[in-house]
Amino acid sequence: MIKILISLILFLMVVFLPVGYNVYTGKTAYIPVLQPPEQRGECVENVMFMRKKHSLLLEKWRDAYVRDGIKRYVSINGIYKISLTGTCLECHSNKTQFCDRCHDYLGVKPRCWSCHNIPEKVAKK
Amino acid sequence: MNRRDFLKFTGILAIGVAAHQAINMLSGSDARQSQKKREKWAMAISFSACVKKEGCKACIDACHFIHNVPEFGNPKDEIKWIWQSPFETVFGDETNVFTKSMLKNLSVLCLCNHCENPPCVRVCPTKATWIRKDGIVMMDYHRCIGCRYCMAACPYDARSFNWREPEPFIKEINRDFPRRSKGVVEKCNFCEERISQGFLPACVEACTERALIFGDLNDSDSEISRLLRTRFSIQRKPHLGTDPKVFYLF
Amino acid sequence: MIEKAFKGTSGYWLWLFFLFFLVIAGFISYLRQLHEGLTITGMGRDISWGLYIANFTFLVGIAASAVIVVLPYYVHDYKKFSVVTVLGEFLAVSSVIMTILFITVDLGMPSRILNVLFYPTPSSLLFWDMVVLSGYLVLNLIIGWVTLDAEMKEIEPPKWLKPLAYISIPWAISIHTVTAFIYSGLVARPFWHTALLAPRFLASAFASGPSVLVILCYIMGYHGAFYLERDIIKKLTTIITYALAIHIFFTLAEIYTVFYGNVPAHKTHLEFLFYGVPWNRFLMPWAWGSILGAAIAFILFLTASKRRDDVTLFASLLTVFSIWAEKGLGLVIGGFVPTVLYKFPKYIPTLYEVLITFGIYGVGAIILTILFKMAASVRQGN
Repeated sequence: MIKILISLILFLMVVFLPVGYNVYTGKTAYIPVLQPPEQRGECVENVMFMRKKHSLLLEKWRDAYVRDGIKRYVSINGIYKISLTGTCLECHSNKTQFCDRCHDYLGVKPRCWSCHNIPEKVAKK
Repeated sequence: MNRRDFLKFTGILAIGVAAHQAINMLSGSDARQSQKKREKWAMAISFSACVKKEGCKACIDACHFIHNVPEFGNPKDEIKWIWQSPFETVFGDETNVFTKSMLKNLSVLCLCNHCENPPCVRVCPTKATWIRKDGIVMMDYHRCIGCRYCMAACPYDARSFNWREPEPFIKEINRDFPRRSKGVVEKCNFCEERISQGFLPACVEACTERALIFGDLNDSDSEISRLLRTRFSIQRKPHLGTDPKVFYLF
Repeated sequence: MIEKAFKGTSGYWLWLFFLFFLVIAGFISYLRQLHEGLTITGMGRDISWGLYIANFTFLVGIAASAVIVVLPYYVHDYKKFSVVTVLGEFLAVSSVIMTILFITVDLGMPSRILNVLFYPTPSSLLFWDMVVLSGYLVLNLIIGWVTLDAEMKEIEPPKWLKPLAYISIPWAISIHTVTAFIYSGLVARPFWHTALLAPRFLASAFASGPSVLVILCYIMGYHGAFYLERDIIKKLTTIITYALAIHIFFTLAEIYTVFYGNVPAHKTHLEFLFYGVPWNRFLMPWAWGSILGAAIAFILFLTASKRRDDVTLFASLLTVFSIWAEKGLGLVIGGFVPTVLYKFPKYIPTLYEVLITFGIYGVGAIILTILFKMAASVRQGN
């Protein structure tokens, strides 16, 4: 019985080691601050929707553009060209201060940028 | 995603499609086309016009710049969307000992044939490549698993695999078109992204000799339809039943 | 039952450690390939399938040939095959796992491999290959395991096993047929575009698979794992002899059709295999080695092999080499040369590629060793 208890505690310790590590080093003990683009009004959809579902929206955009040949997106806010670099990053030109801050915080690594151009980076070249 | 969000979402997409069609209806030239049959895009390449300027590679440079095609400088990793090849290698079955010497110096411009019956589409295990209703054989680089079955299946050498990370080998990155990552197959897309905006393909636009003619086969008044009716044309390896939509004019 | 694999001599453990070392070397090489891309292999835009797909094709054949021992045992009630049937099924299990690994390391985007399931495409033979291979893996694992388990408990195998064994017979044929169809359906490569490919694949598989079994039987016998009757080896070599005869006949039929028909597109591939072009003859030794190997093995099986074990072992090794060179290297790479633009490129596998290949064979060997060890222990009654 004691054996089981000790191994259970050991197991839980190992499992929660990463969490403890992050708490201890303060790596996640902050709230990421994003810099939305200035004076551009609302995004493609309303802020709450974008915050929650932008990845799903991008996925739909991807399939619509590439597979169905739909090149424009219409929402209450207007008509938009479906383009990650041309529409999203046109506004959010500060990818490092916007996209990356949240993604880094959550440990999300979207693979978009292995192909899609980041304007700030390409301009530098 | 909950149900309400989902409905909202699909609703928005539906509006998107409808609006897209509405916009097409409103813009004059498109209005006529959308009431007709769909387009069937094709290209004709005139041998005589193409050889006029010796060593000209304007179309290749334009295409490879616009589409961020890398240049590795070795044949093993080579990636090409449009390229030149000696006549006897492209039209081996049409070559005899006499034409060999006559056409020795003739380089033939090659690109994806956008076959009506594409073997690459048949073999793809993930539908990462497919034929659109307008006849363009498309690639979805998001879905390709890099099995290279399509490369084995293509009789025209039109498909290239990214054996290594291409980005460092792109001379100048064109911001408006994505790059590819290592591990996927790529090829010519008939400038699908330009056609949808009403532009001609980049290679066609770049050619100063008007050797490349692009147009709609379903429109009997289009230039390409008229040319193919009046001039003698051949296709690459028609006996394989692929029905290429790139024609070579004599 | 698996516990039996944990008790062994020091030689057994040494062997496992050696294999483990191979796997580690292969795995490190694979990490390198993941990082750099497939450019670190000898493959390129002209020869876009190489060692990986060659071994994949060969191993599908080995896996399919389990049917050759399952069929006499279950359908014709040939009881003497009871040991080799289990061995054959376990050989199939390890071979199928290796084929799946070979396909995976050949992918440019291995992280997306599940796309084959997410977007099933019935028009693609690769999709079907995945379906039949995974089905075959499950079938053989169940049949082999349950049979052995019953033997250990000294009871009759359950009734539902027999239908499964029957299903596994046509299923075995299907895996190699589908693999042949991957190639023979391609109009772009005249070398592959022949209806004879699937029959040829099966004939050569039924020669190479039992040969591997014979070799394994000798190894097991040498280590005293269990006593094998001479009759079993004899029966297996008879099967190999017939299969080799059909294989050689099919090969000659293909050669006749191509050369008498004299169509350049078909001819150039065979000509390149057997003669090469002045500046490039890299497949020539393999092509001739394969043909001669098959012929010599066939003669040996007909003659001296009947009396001498060493000759049988040699002839079996020769058969395996011959079929590997023919179906693996010759067929896959020979199909790409000349290319569709009449080029004659060379293909030399790199060290990384070879290490990865050995690593996968290491995985297969570990699985095979453990399964065979279990079978041997059960046989010996612990």
